[in-house]
Amino acid sequence: MCETVVNLDIVVPNQTRYLRFVGAIAEQLAKELDVQEDKRDTLAYHLNLALTEAVANAIQYSSAVNAKDSVRICLSVEDAYLSVRVFDHGRGFDLAAVPTPDLDELRERGRGIFFIRSVMDSVQYRKTDSGNVLEMRKKIA
Amino acid sequence: MRVVKEVRDDRTVLSVQEDRIDAHNSGDLKNVVLKTLEGGAQNVVIDLARVQFIDSSGLGALLSGYKNANLRSSGFALAGLQPRVRSMFELTRLHRVFDIYPSLQLALSA
Repeated sequence: MCETVVNLDIVVPNQTRYLRFVGAIAEQLAKELDVQEDKRDTLAYHLNLALTEAVANAIQYSSAVNAKDSVRICLSVEDAYLSVRVFDHGRGFDLAAVPTPDLDELRERGRGIFFIRSVMDSVQYRKTDSGNVLEMRKKIA
Repeated sequence: MRVVKEVRDDRTVLSVQEDRIDAHNSGDLKNVVLKTLEGGAQNVVIDLARVQFIDSSGLGALLSGYKNANLRSSGFALAGLQPRVRSMFELTRLHRVFDIYPSLQLALSA
């Protein structure tokens, strides 16, 4: 658990119907943060987008191993940084090997990590003893 | 995915009734568009006025429709993009690919 000003720990079944739910939580959290009024709506949308993409990926990875698995999400605010961690129990992937998409190519897939990288300040993916975690951070002040 | 289909003159309008397109319902949208094109629609307009959120899978569904329409030499346009949704097209430069109209009314009068 995180010892922070704000710490939300959420576990949802790995079903895409919960994307709306976690996205709404992300937006609500962004609206509670001490950020400039004119930046709040953009931050809310970006957080919704990053979390939606990350959880959709985690659901896909986890479902390949165990269809009845769950996805854990930890949202925390500390030292003017918002941290979002999404845990999955899939086989994992190499984030560094995910290419920046060629935007002139009209491929139907492959923009999720690009979106996360675009709207967050840093993205890391690592394997731990309890599973894999995608950690995204964004400065909020 | 709730989508209302309506034929207006030579256009087939698919109005998305959801406020959100993500990995939960983007597959449905892709199928609805594909079936509409397979049914012989020559000019398809997707009305996104109600949509407040779209993710990468939603853009993928619309790209699928665009490519299928091109293969069939059918028209394919988007209408009524909300600012947040439009920002996703700009981030991916897809606003240069799709025919995008500010409103359904303008799309139908084009």
